[in-house]
Amino acid sequence: MSADTWQQVVFWVLAVAMTFAAIRVVTARNVVHAALYLVATLLGAASMYVLLFAEFVAWVQVLVYVGAIVVLMLFGLMLTRADIGKANFDNDQRVLAAICSAALFGVTAWVLVDAFEGEEISLARETGTTTENIGQAIFSSYVLPFEVVSVLLLAALVGAVVISRRDPVDEEDDR
Amino acid sequence: MPVHYFLVLSALLFSIGVYGVLARQNAVLVLLSIELMLNAVNINLVAFSAYLGEGALSGQVFALFVIAVAAAEVGVGLAIVILIYRNRQTVDVDEMSLMKW
Repeated sequence: MSADTWQQVVFWVLAVAMTFAAIRVVTARNVVHAALYLVATLLGAASMYVLLFAEFVAWVQVLVYVGAIVVLMLFGLMLTRADIGKANFDNDQRVLAAICSAALFGVTAWVLVDAFEGEEISLARETGTTTENIGQAIFSSYVLPFEVVSVLLLAALVGAVVISRRDPVDEEDDR
Repeated sequence: MPVHYFLVLSALLFSIGVYGVLARQNAVLVLLSIELMLNAVNINLVAFSAYLGEGALSGQVFALFVIAVAAAEVGVGLAIVILIYRNRQTVDVDEMSLMKW
């Protein structure tokens, strides 16, 4: 089989797995299962990036999303003791929400297919984008947004600490 | 490889995320659905980067920025959720109506 056929086979396997996992994320009755299905979706997305010649983004995805964000989410679920496996986590707008998201999918899919049908991603390249190229792009054309993102991360760090830290006054009351 | 396969897949993931945000009651599960939507956007960005050819790195760089902003958002979001849990013993978004008109 040609490279294109293989790419399509891999794409369809990943797409079906990702869709199934994503649906389970929003329907699972057990919060920890929802978080673990999110890991499956994120790993599927990382594989999609490899398929699209973006190895560096794929590894950043695995490190930051699967390594850090999902662990944070699991901590959040554990710390809020969200009645694991018992409660009903959906509200009564489920049917309305399903109709809304189906309509959104219909419109976006129709617009995208209408605009890009017949356009091909060229497979004629030897390797993916190298990390060197990405690094050069970030530190030349995109150096200002890069610095802004680092300030944003610092602000988020300080903000998270300030928000979640107990007030000293409360602590004296607790004793 | 047709580019619209990737675009429709990301539209599907985004819609599933929208469903999760609208239908879920637990604040942490709403955050999980938001991650799903951000991820769908990233697939779109990387797909367009590949579609535009070898020299076009803007999509990939932008995807990296989106990942960094998502990390910041989850950190602050979870801090707020934990603070609300500590004050009100619930993370049910339907009960957080203090700031609603």
